[in-house]
Amino acid sequence: MTGLIGKKAGMTHIFDERGDEIPVTVLELGPCPVAQVKTKQNDGYDAVQLAFEPLEKKDKRKVSRPQGGHFEKNKLPPHRFLREIRLKPGAQAPKVGDNVTVDTLKDALFVSVTAVSKGRGYQGVIKRHGFAGFPASRGTHEFFRHGGSIGNRDVPGRVFPNKRMAGHMGTDKITALNLEVVKTFPEQNLLLVRGAVPGPNGGLVIVEISGRRRKRVTQHAAEDVADQKKAKTASKTKK
Amino acid sequence: MNPVEFVEQQYLKKDVPAFRVGDTVKVSVRVVEGEKERIQVVEGVVIARKNSGVRETFTVRKISGGVGVERIFPIHSPRVEKVEVVRSGKVRRAKLYYLRDLKGKAARLTERF
Repeated sequence: MTGLIGKKAGMTHIFDERGDEIPVTVLELGPCPVAQVKTKQNDGYDAVQLAFEPLEKKDKRKVSRPQGGHFEKNKLPPHRFLREIRLKPGAQAPKVGDNVTVDTLKDALFVSVTAVSKGRGYQGVIKRHGFAGFPASRGTHEFFRHGGSIGNRDVPGRVFPNKRMAGHMGTDKITALNLEVVKTFPEQNLLLVRGAVPGPNGGLVIVEISGRRRKRVTQHAAEDVADQKKAKTASKTKK
Repeated sequence: MNPVEFVEQQYLKKDVPAFRVGDTVKVSVRVVEGEKERIQVVEGVVIARKNSGVRETFTVRKISGGVGVERIFPIHSPRVEKVEVVRSGKVRRAKLYYLRDLKGKAARLTERF
């Protein structure tokens, strides 16, 4: 397994062995029962469908009947979320009903976290696209946070597609790539990643082991390399 | 328990130094210089305590060479070795930012016993 689903619990910081503060996001992941295994022969691709957050009895209406049947077929209690994690070709697929826990991520150095970002409503171009706006003085009047011109005249006679303008911002699906795994607490189903993660506290997150970066490149490691280089050049100049 | 609280609890100091805003304290800080490590002592008035849990910090203000210097320490940081109360001041507010505008005799606090 290369991924897991869960919830963003919130942010805090912890101290490492040097006493440095590390900003972390606490993610509450799993345990996720496998609801379905998709195979190349059957579905055209290999994936595992995971369920998260079992629903209490009073909430049973929160799953649709077809979905309820899907759970029942596999003798699982209904869950709030179902998400798929793609499997690498040739990877060992777990069985339906198996629980996937944070343990699967404990050897990962980096993960990517996908979530829906916080909604910001209808926003102007300054907040939405980082436009600079107009000067507060020197004759500017009634035109402070505008975007300026959006095109020419007869040629081309239209506004180009994807022109950055005001509009709805947020609630986009965003993936934060290559976040360092700082620590796991398997008993509490917690994973700590360095830095921020998209979405509100309590929001659904999909965590996948990051394929692009494998080596741990912390600031300390970089400093150590720099120190070694310095020592080398120092010994050379002595000779 | 809330997961964030749980994580914070793993990093809390067991013996949190006892001091209040208005106290004059000596803070022993571990400083790493290259390979050597030494203890630096900062003495001054605590003018604020902020946040809670592992993220709690305090601000120490001292006058160094005629210039006011403030340092902010995370209470639970392993680098903050020791906080010693030299004298306690009697204060009526939680943040003593008004001390920044006072100099010399006016910036003294009455002692609390």
